[in-house]
Amino acid sequence: MGHEMALWEEITVSVFLVIAGIFGLVGSFGLLKLPDPMTRLHAPTKATTLGVGGVLIASMLYFIFAKGQISFHELMITLFLFLTAPITAHFLAKANLHTNVNRADVPPPVGDRPWAGFESDEARRVAEGESTPGA
Amino acid sequence: MILTYALIFTTGCFALGLLMNLWRVVSAPGVPDRILALDTMVINFIAILVLYGIIEGTAVYFEASILIAMVGFISTVAYARFMLRGNIIE
Repeated sequence: MGHEMALWEEITVSVFLVIAGIFGLVGSFGLLKLPDPMTRLHAPTKATTLGVGGVLIASMLYFIFAKGQISFHELMITLFLFLTAPITAHFLAKANLHTNVNRADVPPPVGDRPWAGFESDEARRVAEGESTPGA
Repeated sequence: MILTYALIFTTGCFALGLLMNLWRVVSAPGVPDRILALDTMVINFIAILVLYGIIEGTAVYFEASILIAMVGFISTVAYARFMLRGNIIE
């Protein structure tokens, strides 16, 4: 720090930082507060990812304003996080289905294959020679 | 001046989030919730690392952030896959 930055530049970076901080806090608080596992997936994968995106944009603007250099590292991290957050959420939703939802409660899938969350159950069932319910 | 206060505020927010996630890892009702809390911890930690980079005024910490982001993603997917299939690489 200690560089000469104009007031509007500081304000721009600060606004991004404060918005990002609030989003990050809301995401982590939602993880504690929301009632059931599937809704709890929403808070970290959306709010916290947006918070980190805000921090990275603020960092990019700061290095442009204070050092006069454009760095694309932040853009890479942002892109990576925004690509991987939905994949993580999908995997965790499948894990939730696998552990918390009864197999008989979900509607039967279209086609030959079972729902992905129950695939390992299905393999075990076939290996043990039982019939598949609802198929 | 404004920037200093904003940096302190944001670092405080993410640090508080990290503590909440730690509490969640300890006290979550199920295993998927713990995995989710660990994933959120990784994301919050990336934010804190980038903020530290701004405070110090160096770009050294971005490589570390990228590495941590990749390791966090791979470990979350591995945990979830282990829960789903009882195996990671089949």
